Amino acid sequence: MFGKLSLAAIPYHNLITISAVIGSVILGLVILGLITYYRKWTYLYQEWLTSLDHKKIGIMYIILALVMLLRGFSDAILMRSQQAVAAGGHLGFLTPEHFNQIFSAHGSIMIIFMAMPFLAGLMNIVVPQQIGARDVAFPFLNSVSLWLTAAGAMLIMVSLGVGDFSKAGWSGYTPLTEKAYSPGVGVDYWIWAFQVAGIGSTLTGINFLVTILKMRAPGLTPMRLPLFVWTAFFTSVLIAWAFPVLTVDLALITLDRYLGMHFFTNDLGGNMMMYANLFWTWGHPEVYIVILPAFGVFSEVAATFSGKRLFGYRSLVYATAAITILSFCVWVHHFFTMGAGPNVNIFFGIATMLIAIPTGVKIFNWLFTMYRGRIRFTPPIYWTLGFIVTFSVGGAAGVLMAVPPADYVLHNSLFLIAHFHTMLIPGTLFGFMAGYYYWFPKAMGFRLQEDWGKRAFWCWVIGFYLAFIPLYILGFMGMPRRLQHYVNPAWHPWLLVAALGTAVIGLGLVFLVIQLVVSIRNRQILSDATGDPWDGRTLEWLTSSPPPAYNFPTIPVVADIDAFMDLKEKGIAYQRPEQYRDIEMPKNAPHGLIIGALTFLCGFALIWHIWWLAILAALGLLGTVIARAWDDDLYETIPAAEVQRLEDERYQRLAATQRNLADQQAIPEPVPEG
Amino acid sequence: MKRKKYFVLASLLSFWALAFLVGCSRVVLFDPKGPIGEAERFVIIAAIVLMAIVVIPVFFMAFWFPRKYRASNTAATYLPKWSYSGKIDFFMWAVPFTIVIVLAILAWTTTHALDPYKPIPAASKPINIEAISLDWKWLFIYPEENIATVNEITFPVEAPLSFRITSDTVMTSFFIPQLGSQMYAMAGMQTRLHLLADKPGTFAGQNQQISGIGFSDMYFQAHAVSPAEFQAWLQKVRQSQEKLDLNRYEQLAKPQAGYHPVTYFSAVKPGLFEDIVRKYDPAWKEHPMPMSRGPLSTRAGTEVAEGN
Repeated sequence: MFGKLSLAAIPYHNLITISAVIGSVILGLVILGLITYYRKWTYLYQEWLTSLDHKKIGIMYIILALVMLLRGFSDAILMRSQQAVAAGGHLGFLTPEHFNQIFSAHGSIMIIFMAMPFLAGLMNIVVPQQIGARDVAFPFLNSVSLWLTAAGAMLIMVSLGVGDFSKAGWSGYTPLTEKAYSPGVGVDYWIWAFQVAGIGSTLTGINFLVTILKMRAPGLTPMRLPLFVWTAFFTSVLIAWAFPVLTVDLALITLDRYLGMHFFTNDLGGNMMMYANLFWTWGHPEVYIVILPAFGVFSEVAATFSGKRLFGYRSLVYATAAITILSFCVWVHHFFTMGAGPNVNIFFGIATMLIAIPTGVKIFNWLFTMYRGRIRFTPPIYWTLGFIVTFSVGGAAGVLMAVPPADYVLHNSLFLIAHFHTMLIPGTLFGFMAGYYYWFPKAMGFRLQEDWGKRAFWCWVIGFYLAFIPLYILGFMGMPRRLQHYVNPAWHPWLLVAALGTAVIGLGLVFLVIQLVVSIRNRQILSDATGDPWDGRTLEWLTSSPPPAYNFPTIPVVADIDAFMDLKEKGIAYQRPEQYRDIEMPKNAPHGLIIGALTFLCGFALIWHIWWLAILAALGLLGTVIARAWDDDLYETIPAAEVQRLEDERYQRLAATQRNLADQQAIPEPVPEG
Repeated sequence: MKRKKYFVLASLLSFWALAFLVGCSRVVLFDPKGPIGEAERFVIIAAIVLMAIVVIPVFFMAFWFPRKYRASNTAATYLPKWSYSGKIDFFMWAVPFTIVIVLAILAWTTTHALDPYKPIPAASKPINIEAISLDWKWLFIYPEENIATVNEITFPVEAPLSFRITSDTVMTSFFIPQLGSQMYAMAGMQTRLHLLADKPGTFAGQNQQISGIGFSDMYFQAHAVSPAEFQAWLQKVRQSQEKLDLNRYEQLAKPQAGYHPVTYFSAVKPGLFEDIVRKYDPAWKEHPMPMSRGPLSTRAGTEVAEGN
């Protein structure tokens, strides 16, 4: 009846796990209780869960990302504490079974369920507004993507309390993940969580590709697109090209595990390195998928807070394009040590080094954007500067590892861990933090409190150096990654420092939570009545904060790279049309939510071999898709009178703050050249 | 205020640099005991120096530009429309490009010179060692001596070491950091690695690739000794009561967590390494005869040339 599932799957014997489970369940019940108490279920369902509004979907993505960031970070705390104590003869407080699950979950969560939803969230909130569109190309598909990602995240969360998670690392190398060496459900949780979320990401990529190609405002030619849109575009290209490879790779290992096939097994013609090749054919572009949108954020932030045009716009676009292409030519650098010949290794080594050129160009672009600007030191600029310095170190470490003989000794050491965290924490997370602060008023209608943001930044940066410089050194000291315990006493002091760094980063996370709470409490003072709190340059600042469902009452006409700045300079940014028209918007639909829920059920049933449930859920999925296909009632019209009313309100608020505006912004007068 | 924070950051960085230099003797990759390791240390240092040419100016600009062009400094030039300079654009492409070209040349030559498959030219006779990765221990066979050990290898200083590596479990990575390069061990396949110790000593060896719950205990010791000591060690191993036949091997190959104590075998079933590599090949199972191009190599050409 329940396949492999029995009460024995609940890890009640493991104190750490079961307390985490009980804690999560209680927290979940409290949230559900509060929603019930305040009678918010209808509101939640109608306004959020079934919404096809790109801004609301974006906000839900970011909430998911932040929750998963906390989960992934608690894994990091456990790992660093374990390695801080498990020195000499000590075995620490985590068994190898548990420790291996934790590092596997940490990687899986941070990449697939933190970075991916965060970038999808930012793209959702920002891209349509920056290109002067009212929604994405496929609003319903967008909802499906969100709920598939959420279903994958749910699978990982459930693995905490029902059964266990994979013990084979986030990259799931075969044959360790084959049935012969990992017979339990852990690897199946990993497979289905990745597979489901991966399909969600593929759909997001396709959606934004079409959105950016087809839905730009008149006059918004490619070479006038804001840099964030360019990076979102190239990220979408990468998603659409790379994610299907992951889908196939996971499907093949699924066949191995469920039907006894031999794609990646040791015996009967299986080839484990084929798995690694396919995995990194996706996995390396994936790094750029999560980094490119952050590059876009830095570009927007640097220009806005320097009060200046972006330096070398064309260079930045071409550099992004170059990175997109090159990212597909480097995957073998993840396994130079498999015994390939020197000509194979050097091809991929040099291709990897080539990526450093466009990336270096970008760094210089941001620096020269600040040059001769008037830099306002807001948290986003802090994150940008912290990124530039730290990322340069990580990039150098990456180029070093691209030289095959250097990689022969640094591969799979803590040096590698330090390297990619120096790429992904500043390169992705700092960027997303900058974007989170920068676009928060646009999404929510009020700014985030600045001081707590800066405090959080300093904790993150100092904590980062404390946590990861020891890892570089430990790599040079020959320490492999993923050790549950170790005998070399020389490694111990460095791991203590790294644990301290993790604590400081933890403080940074606490400050981010405080910042959010303080900002919500002071939302009246921090409210953004103008829709343009930073003296923005691009079209998203033309709308009100938060924007109405339709974003733009009339579609703007673009004549410059910094479209909104151009309109402001011409004095026509806030010009009202003579009359408003009816606006047709996609109508809310529950099907995305249902698809997500059924996919979760189907995945869960497949993991536990509950075949009847898997079949029922799959049939339900098919039924939902058919039901949606037969649904002809897809749009609702916002009447012109309603648009008029909303816009009147907005302009009243604008007029009321007109006087304050001048004081608040304090834009220095441009100094004429020469 | 700002300056104070930069100062904190700068002192943090210099603290790490200092601590690193002080602890250098324990930083094994900077204290290599053989030509491969030494060459790889050179590659690492050369690459770091080359990249510093770009990274240090970036540090400088990242501190200087924001300081100079802060909003409160109204004396600084402000050009809100200035967004392009051909000269700067040229240099920001040309400088990284030049450095990458130099690095590429360095990488090309050293990758060929340090190919782990390439035998190391030396005066003395090479020592052949077959390394087999098991759950979770290393089995070493000295085919010429017909002996085997678990979790320990001993070899003469200045003798080139020629490893043939395979796995009878999941993929692992064979690595002695102070001697240089690591190499994957994969079931059903054979990889090669050539190392040499030019100083005597005991070096830590390890598995560098996660291989399950016993992974942390999969380490071993490598002793580089004088030729006389090596002969004495061989004698010691030959006196062991244990012999590695198929039964004993199957017992040894069973997964067992925890560090496996060093074990010596005074005799080994001939061709054990080949048997282990070939047992995963379906063709071998059906026709247990050497195939014209056996599964013994990931790079067939090398193997044929060496005439195994």
